[in-house]
Amino acid sequence: MEKHLNLTLQVWRQKDGKSEGSFVDYPAKHISTEMSFLEMLDVVNEDLIRKGEDPIAFDHDCREGICGTCSMVINGRPHGPKERTTTCQLHMRSFSDGDTITIEPWRAKPFPVLKDLIVDRGAFDRIIAAGGFISAPTGCGQDANALPVPKQNADLAMDAAACIGCGACVAACPNASAMLFVSAKVSHLALLPQGQPERYSRVRDMVAQMDSEEFGTCTNHGECEAACPKGITMENIARMNRDFIKSSLTFRPEIASGGAG
Amino acid sequence: MELNARTPEGPIEKSWDKHRFDLKLVNPANKRKYKILVVGSGLAGGAAAASLAELGYEVECFAYQDSPRRAHSIAAQGGINAAKNYHNDGDSIFRLFYDTVKGGDFRAREANVYRLAQVSVNIIDQCVSQGVPFAREYGGLLDNRSFGGAQVSRTFYARGQTGQQLLLGAYQALERQIGLGKVKMHSRHEMQELIVVDGVAKGIVTRDMVTGEIRSHLADAVCLATGGYGNTMYLATYAKGCNGTAIWRAYKKGAAFANPCFTQIHPTCIPVTGDHQSKLTLMSESLRNDGRIWVPKRKEDCGKPPSQIPEEDRDYYLERKYPSFGNLAPRDVSSRAAKQVCDEGRGVGPTGLGVYLDFEDAINRLGAKKIEEKYGNLFEMYERITDENPYKTPMRIFPATHYTMGGLWVDYNLMSTVPGLFVLGEANFSDHGANRLGASALMQGLADGYFVIPYTIGGYLAGVKPGTRITEDHPAVKDAMAAVQNKVDRLFAIGGKQTPTHFHRELGKVMWENCGMGRNEAGLKKALEVIPQIREQFWQDLALPGSGNELNQSLELAGRVADFLEIGELMCRDALERRESCGGHFREEWQTEEGEALRDDENFCHVAAWEYTGDGNAPKRHIEPLKFENVHLATRSYK
Repeated sequence: MEKHLNLTLQVWRQKDGKSEGSFVDYPAKHISTEMSFLEMLDVVNEDLIRKGEDPIAFDHDCREGICGTCSMVINGRPHGPKERTTTCQLHMRSFSDGDTITIEPWRAKPFPVLKDLIVDRGAFDRIIAAGGFISAPTGCGQDANALPVPKQNADLAMDAAACIGCGACVAACPNASAMLFVSAKVSHLALLPQGQPERYSRVRDMVAQMDSEEFGTCTNHGECEAACPKGITMENIARMNRDFIKSSLTFRPEIASGGAG
Repeated sequence: MELNARTPEGPIEKSWDKHRFDLKLVNPANKRKYKILVVGSGLAGGAAAASLAELGYEVECFAYQDSPRRAHSIAAQGGINAAKNYHNDGDSIFRLFYDTVKGGDFRAREANVYRLAQVSVNIIDQCVSQGVPFAREYGGLLDNRSFGGAQVSRTFYARGQTGQQLLLGAYQALERQIGLGKVKMHSRHEMQELIVVDGVAKGIVTRDMVTGEIRSHLADAVCLATGGYGNTMYLATYAKGCNGTAIWRAYKKGAAFANPCFTQIHPTCIPVTGDHQSKLTLMSESLRNDGRIWVPKRKEDCGKPPSQIPEEDRDYYLERKYPSFGNLAPRDVSSRAAKQVCDEGRGVGPTGLGVYLDFEDAINRLGAKKIEEKYGNLFEMYERITDENPYKTPMRIFPATHYTMGGLWVDYNLMSTVPGLFVLGEANFSDHGANRLGASALMQGLADGYFVIPYTIGGYLAGVKPGTRITEDHPAVKDAMAAVQNKVDRLFAIGGKQTPTHFHRELGKVMWENCGMGRNEAGLKKALEVIPQIREQFWQDLALPGSGNELNQSLELAGRVADFLEIGELMCRDALERRESCGGHFREEWQTEEGEALRDDENFCHVAAWEYTGDGNAPKRHIEPLKFENVHLATRSYK
């Protein structure tokens, strides 16, 4: 049943990447429990604009839990209190009348704040560009059924591929490690036959890029798995570590030779 | 304005092969001398940018999102069609072609649709080779399902996240090219203007959404893959950022806008809860494979819990009206049927704007576990949003704006009426005619990006001399930059009281009421009076905080709303002039006795393409006649 709440928001406000930020309190009155968390912020922002104040900047797009754009830490938890739920799908019925809610951006050095709750997650794209793909130029595909994939592998690959790249895992990790994100892509592609030729160079290149972006290392806290809105498991990290060790042992530098003619 | 579709002559089965051979090629060593801009990074844009870079062109790609992986193609749930006939159930390229032409209510170009069906099989091969984890059977082969109005199993899927997985495939291919230095990616950049010199597209002007910098990008060709304009309706299943600005700028620079009134209203969305609603969430149409749609037979029962309404008092209206297709009737037909029962006062839920989608029979037949396996993530999503458990009580659904079949007019090469400007995916007026079939949007986006534009753009560039790009000091560049800056300044100068969202919501109400599921002359005429009034209020009373030289989401939205306020008017104008009902365009004056759409093939078997003639002037309506030589014009029947 629909109810209405009166809340206090403590929101991180920061003009831009160069300015210092601080928490500012805002009342949020007569908030319907049917609203999503972002719709609640829309209502607060509409009021701010009408008063001539700068509205709270936050990233959002699809608002159906799949694009991975929304990114805020709510009461100390990335994406808020509900398990396996992105901020955009969190509804106000998860809160009670009179609550004070703190809202902060992802906090990690590789994710610099651009404004208020908006951070730059370009590091994730650069990790994918370093190796998170199968080199299959357009037109090269053989018949899709030519290579059967055991259902179990396809399902496990899909489990890993469900990652939406939101960065909650990094925000939740005390070390700001990106291991869950990177391992999800490594696993997705390593589990499929099409991913085998580049399997070991991929993991090496992606990990090297991850390190150069200054993400921390994994020390098995497990916060990432708990925060992940898509249920990506730490099993992927174990798989990535195995592949990484193997790649380190079998690494052969590329030899430029032959082929010309 | 001339609308030359450049459709190849001869038998349709050979058209694309012949055309590909007739297209001129660009010498491999020359390819790197051409620069191509791709605006948008979804299935069409991402696939195009990656494929063109693989060929050796210099490519720059633009997205308003923070990463190309977030384009709204990612939200497509159900699947992608391909005429693989892996299930030996009678599918073929011709059948997919036939279904698409018929499903589009005979308002698409035959040759384009045939090509789409042809390359559909290549798309699946390409995606599998990229590592897209499609659903598989125990033997390891690809699984298929039947979907949205098709009687064969031709839909490939990756759980309820097919769009996500296909987009990640294109995104990974794109990132690979970015890593190789072949594509320059501009995230958080929004296209604000098209640069045209002597009628030819030569570049774009963008605004950097972080710094506010307005700058030009010059090239030999421009591809727009910026999606649809359905957010004109305010409430829609689109992402909040989806907008019509890029195609609208192009329209105002001479690109014809085709069939703007062809919008798709999707039958299975979660109903609206109140004025705070910011968007609508789709529940995949695949649910209709197992769910049964009904409302109470009597108005008086609408307030009762569904469990207390006995079987004999329920009206399974789709099964009753369309016995052979039943709950799988196409989207336009199902949406209209839902509107009809709600108009009769038999809608359910707090607002009366909803119908039940009931899984009780399927759960009894297959077991809750099987249903969870098939639709688990969708059921979870429904519960998260509505706080109701669909395993126990039927879902409530209602139609919502979902896709626009209209868009910029393109010829067989996907080139608009502005030479050098190509339009891909949902942004073009596309291959879906007046109604798109389920699982066909992903197919078209990827077809355009992977398998059409890489050939056709070469045919154009072969005729462009390398090294003839204009430079930043060209007057056309300066004019375009000034126009963008001028618009920003004008928006800030208003200094009014109302938020951009306020005006967007007002526009949405007018559009939904008068240019939504049912349209009539009086309503459309009224909308054409009211929309200019809202637009006038917008330019007099908009409140805009901050400045243009910073990250300013209110400014972004205001710019988009300013364009929606013009696009909405063109949609209504087109709807008014199309005096027939076809597909998603239902003119109440043209219906059969049973309430079905009544086409007028004698007068309206054509594409209507609108030419901009200046602000304040009525746009000019041009016609591209449609010929049906392979699929004969017939009344659609799903009975």
